[in-house]
Amino acid sequence: MKRRLFLKGTLAGGAIAVAASAGLLIPTTVLAAWPKSAFDAKKVDDAINALAGTTSTTSSGKVKINAPEIAEVSAEVRITVDVEMDNVESISIIVENNPSPFTAHFEIPAGTLGYVSTRVKMAKTSNVIALVKSGGKLYSAQKEVKVTVGGCGG
Amino acid sequence: MANGILIRSKVSGGETLVRTSMKHPMETGLRKDQKTGKKIPPHFIQVAKFEHNGKVVFTANLGPAVSKNPYVSFKFKGGNKGDTIKVSWVDNKGKSASNEDKIR
Repeated sequence: MKRRLFLKGTLAGGAIAVAASAGLLIPTTVLAAWPKSAFDAKKVDDAINALAGTTSTTSSGKVKINAPEIAEVSAEVRITVDVEMDNVESISIIVENNPSPFTAHFEIPAGTLGYVSTRVKMAKTSNVIALVKSGGKLYSAQKEVKVTVGGCGG
Repeated sequence: MANGILIRSKVSGGETLVRTSMKHPMETGLRKDQKTGKKIPPHFIQVAKFEHNGKVVFTANLGPAVSKNPYVSFKFKGGNKGDTIKVSWVDNKGKSASNEDKIR
């Protein structure tokens, strides 16, 4: 019995090692910018700080969030962020009450508009925060989305 | 469609709207397999790059909370009918896929 457990343990360990080495094979040039510490953060402020090095953001009416008042399918909540500013550099979507709030970060080069639309999973009723970097400054807006049936399942 | 990436782009009023969906399970790592009770390891697209005629016009850094088969749409200035839009992604296991389509 003990031997069996031991074998199971080593097998699991082996699987982790394989996964880790697979991770190392990811071309670093592609993933260099993926903000891991922001995605790993468990709190909104920690995520923003990990991304931007500060938590001070200016609430702006020029950042518009289009999201449903009530999400019927919590695994697919359509979020659209439309920023009425020039020189938007990035848009991030943060779901405050998710286990890991930081959901997505979009990089916007010159010539691309401050607009993005995507679908996200929501664990429960939460504020959805749009964090926008424009002209080196951070702006934000938030909107509450009610989730009627829980579950982050897919 | 073998790579599971759908691209629809349309020019109007000097702006191109690109809509894409990428086939991917987007596992959070929090879900349990109902048969074995074991946690399903996280498996999600991390970075998706969008190019217009070879120039990057949008980069999406995604986490596991983005819905299954991620949908992303964005707009850029310019673009003409017949131009190429290329989408390529890489996930947390190092797998990648890409596809391209013309602006209609």
